[in-house]
Amino acid sequence: MFEVLQNDTLAPNVHRMVIRAPRIAKARQPGQFVIVHPEADGERIPLTIGDADPQAGTITLFIQAVGASTLKIVSTPVGGSIRDIAGPLGKATDIEQWGRVACVGGGLGTAVLYPLAKALAESGNEVTTIIGGRSKPFIILAEELAAFSTDVLVATEDGSLGQQGFVTNVLQELIDNPDKRPSAVFAIGPVPMMRAVAELTRPYGIKTIVSLNPIMIDGTGMCGGCRVKVGDETKFACVDGPEFDGHLVDFGLLMDRLSMYRDTEAKILEELPKELRDKIIKVKR
Amino acid sequence: MKKNLTPKERMAIERVKMPEQDPQRRIGNFEEVNQGLTEEQAIREAQRCLLCKSRPCIAGCPVRVRIPDFIAALAEGNLPEAARILLADNTLPAVCGRVCPQETQCEQVCVRSAKGAPVAIGYLERFVADWAMAHPDKLPKEQLPEPTGKKIAIVGSGPAGLTMAGELARMGHGVTLFEALHDTGGVLRYGIPEFRLPKRIVDTEVKRLLDLGVEIECNVVVGKTVTLDELRQEFDAIFIGNGAGLPVMLNIDGENLKGVYSANEYLTRVNLMAAWRNDHPTPIIHGKRVAVIGGGNTAMDAVRTSKRLGADRSIIVYRRTEAEMPARIEEMHHAKEEGIEFILLAAPLEILGDENGWVKGLLCQRMQLGEPDASGRRRPVAIEGETFELEVDVVVNAIGTRANPLLTATAPDLKLNKWGNIETDENGATNLPGVYAGGDIVRGGATVILAMGDGKSAAVAIDSFLKQKN
Ligand SMILES: Cc1cc2nc3c(=O)[nH]c(=O)nc-3n(C[C@H](O)[C@H](O)[C@H](O)COP(=O)(O)OP(=O)(O)OC[C@H]3O[C@@H](n4cnc5c(N)ncnc54)[C@H](O)[C@@H]3O)c2cc1C
Ligand SMILES: Cc1cc2nc3c(=O)[nH]c(=O)nc-3n(C[C@H](O)[C@H](O)[C@H](O)COP(=O)(O)OP(=O)(O)OC[C@H]3O[C@@H](n4cnc5c(N)ncnc54)[C@H](O)[C@@H]3O)c2cc1C
Ligand code: SF4
Ligand code: SF4
Ligand code: FES
Repeated sequence: MFEVLQNDTLAPNVHRMVIRAPRIAKARQPGQFVIVHPEADGERIPLTIGDADPQAGTITLFIQAVGASTLKIVSTPVGGSIRDIAGPLGKATDIEQWGRVACVGGGLGTAVLYPLAKALAESGNEVTTIIGGRSKPFIILAEELAAFSTDVLVATEDGSLGQQGFVTNVLQELIDNPDKRPSAVFAIGPVPMMRAVAELTRPYGIKTIVSLNPIMIDGTGMCGGCRVKVGDETKFACVDGPEFDGHLVDFGLLMDRLSMYRDTEAKILEELPKELRDKIIKVKR
Repeated sequence: MKKNLTPKERMAIERVKMPEQDPQRRIGNFEEVNQGLTEEQAIREAQRCLLCKSRPCIAGCPVRVRIPDFIAALAEGNLPEAARILLADNTLPAVCGRVCPQETQCEQVCVRSAKGAPVAIGYLERFVADWAMAHPDKLPKEQLPEPTGKKIAIVGSGPAGLTMAGELARMGHGVTLFEALHDTGGVLRYGIPEFRLPKRIVDTEVKRLLDLGVEIECNVVVGKTVTLDELRQEFDAIFIGNGAGLPVMLNIDGENLKGVYSANEYLTRVNLMAAWRNDHPTPIIHGKRVAVIGGGNTAMDAVRTSKRLGADRSIIVYRRTEAEMPARIEEMHHAKEEGIEFILLAAPLEILGDENGWVKGLLCQRMQLGEPDASGRRRPVAIEGETFELEVDVVVNAIGTRANPLLTATAPDLKLNKWGNIETDENGATNLPGVYAGGDIVRGGATVILAMGDGKSAAVAIDSFLKQKN
């Protein structure tokens, strides 16, 4: 059992949870994730390790409640505990000296981006962070990111905060400006956003790393359910990733495979008590 | 009942038939197919054993169960004694009695198979084991020796790891078992379905280990959560029994379509994560027409599972003939009774998809048998130009598994063979002092009883290693 020490709501439906998991806290590196199994016979849910404190033996998860299982996780109160957490899984981010990098986060992807951006900055890269979301309440972690970023630029679809538009508009401006043009881009967010970023940088030959979020089961390379296509090869995102070269990823296939259980998911949601169901707002992923 | 039967009288008894759930009924549930013998049936069957002086059956068993001895006690109706003998030789008899390929092991060499049917050793083993499970109070209480103060870490809770844990605990050593998944049992839990091996049996075995003082920590992925090196610093010896959990892919077009599963994923969703229960959150695609590619136990388990999930047609697609199928004969027989179709001498060429990315068919190549290959089985060769299409909506790949490199990749000093399996001597010792391995990670995909045998012999080796270390 893994004790929940802290559980804050950052944005509608987005929680930051601090959980006691000493072994994971000690072993974890940026870019890695855990698999959370909230109830007996339930689903196994992959979640990025947002931060870790090896001394305190804790990990931080940022979780967006999008379905029954994530809702179950974020509903665990402080003092309560989570049944199973396994990790750290996946490859750690390849932290290189890029010079100037742009870190682009969309929606909850911003949380997944956070540990990566922090690690990039700590190893001496100049980090410009771009965060996007539907509207102001969905912009998360701007302050935390500002602590180590040269600039934090915000784009909202309705213009309620920062520039009106998409993260790609902001990124385009950076690329067009010779003083700001990044030598690498890290993009994490909904699949359509990552695809758009990869398409934007492709003609400029700017290295673009994305973090993929296929459906997973074991997270150890045992089931192959997380397979994604990168270049000509089929890869298991849980062991070969989750980060890949965005210019090689088959995003269409990823999106398609993510929809595999849409009917079942909808049915499970329908069966939830109304007050719980109402907690889930439809989010674009 | 008469006790001292003459050989002639014994020979006259016919082999017992296992009571089974009716095929039409059982395809609608996940309950066990084989219902187990009654006491009367078991004793009658035990009386068929000729108690041979040369005891050939024992040599056919990888863990050398003293078969005639436990059967003799059973034939006399002395169940506590039968159980005592059996449990001393085999720590998981309720499992082996259900899933051992008896027909190619102990029963194959039984003298009675020369003239008719062998003694049903597996059924009897299951009967005695189930009796023992139901009557723990009638068994002698286990006396544990003084604790030795030694600590051993076991990686993986499949049959190899479970057996190792029991053996070491009974020698007085402190044992911690680390398991990557959220529950114990390895393939016994996530692979072999409830209708062949009820999970309560695995639960009972695990509980027995806990009673012996074994500590079990799930959710620890060795190689990720802790490394082998860290374990070596903390423990006096290590046993690696992490199985062969890496699916071999088909590498054909269409493999990433929605509705294509590896058998590992398909069976894990159903068995470990209860996707077969309608009131559970784990989703699975309930195919109406399901093709399972392969001819081993895994393929049989997957195809029979698909039937129970409601498929109208569940089809095995195998590239050789039935004679070459590695699955147990009993499983193939049960599968046929359940209406499973066998399409033989056919190999998958391409999985066909519809415009929305869902599976709609399987394109197959007709094969014929050619010259024998290295394994001695006749090699399947394509019949040029002869292909056919099957209309299916789910495809399950059950062509095999290999060693999963997750752990070994983080232990560069550990010696592997060219397939990535850990190299050991005959006692399970690896090239690293104090590190032992066994089961599928050493053998590649093998059997439950061989994994257990490895656990048993490596336990003896670890014990003497620890004594020398003193
Ligand atoms: C490596 C990795 C890291 C991740 N990190 C985080 C994280 O830090 N925080 C976080 O909130 N989420 C993260 N996710 C996504 C998270 O695992 C899914 O949101 C979760 O599995 C949904 O489960 P559910 O049962 O609550 O919802 P479901 O009922 O299963 O799904 C609800 C909706 O979400 C979509 N969905 C389902 N699974 C995924 C998925 N894996 N990715 C994207 N959409 C999905 C469905 O299509 C559906 O529309 C990560 C995924 C991966 C693979
Ligand atoms: C579907 C199916 C049906 C089968 N049917 C039969 C049958 O009828 N009869 C028969 O004799 N054999 C059968 N087999 C084969 C048999 O199950 C295996 O040979 C046997 O389970 C191997 O035992 P093991 O202990 O080596 O490994 P496994 O049973 O594979 O257990 C390994 C355990 O280690 C864990 N693990 C893996 N990596 C790590 C890590 N890094 N850290 C911690 N833990 C880890 C795994 O999660 C797993 O729990 C079948 C196999 C399958 C897949
Ligand atoms: S363990 Fe298996 S091989 Fe040995 S006697 Fe029992 S059924 Fe036969
Ligand atoms: S070989 Fe067959 S008949 Fe002889 S002792 Fe063994 S089980 Fe009995
Ligand atoms: S989640 Fe099973 S192989 Fe990646």
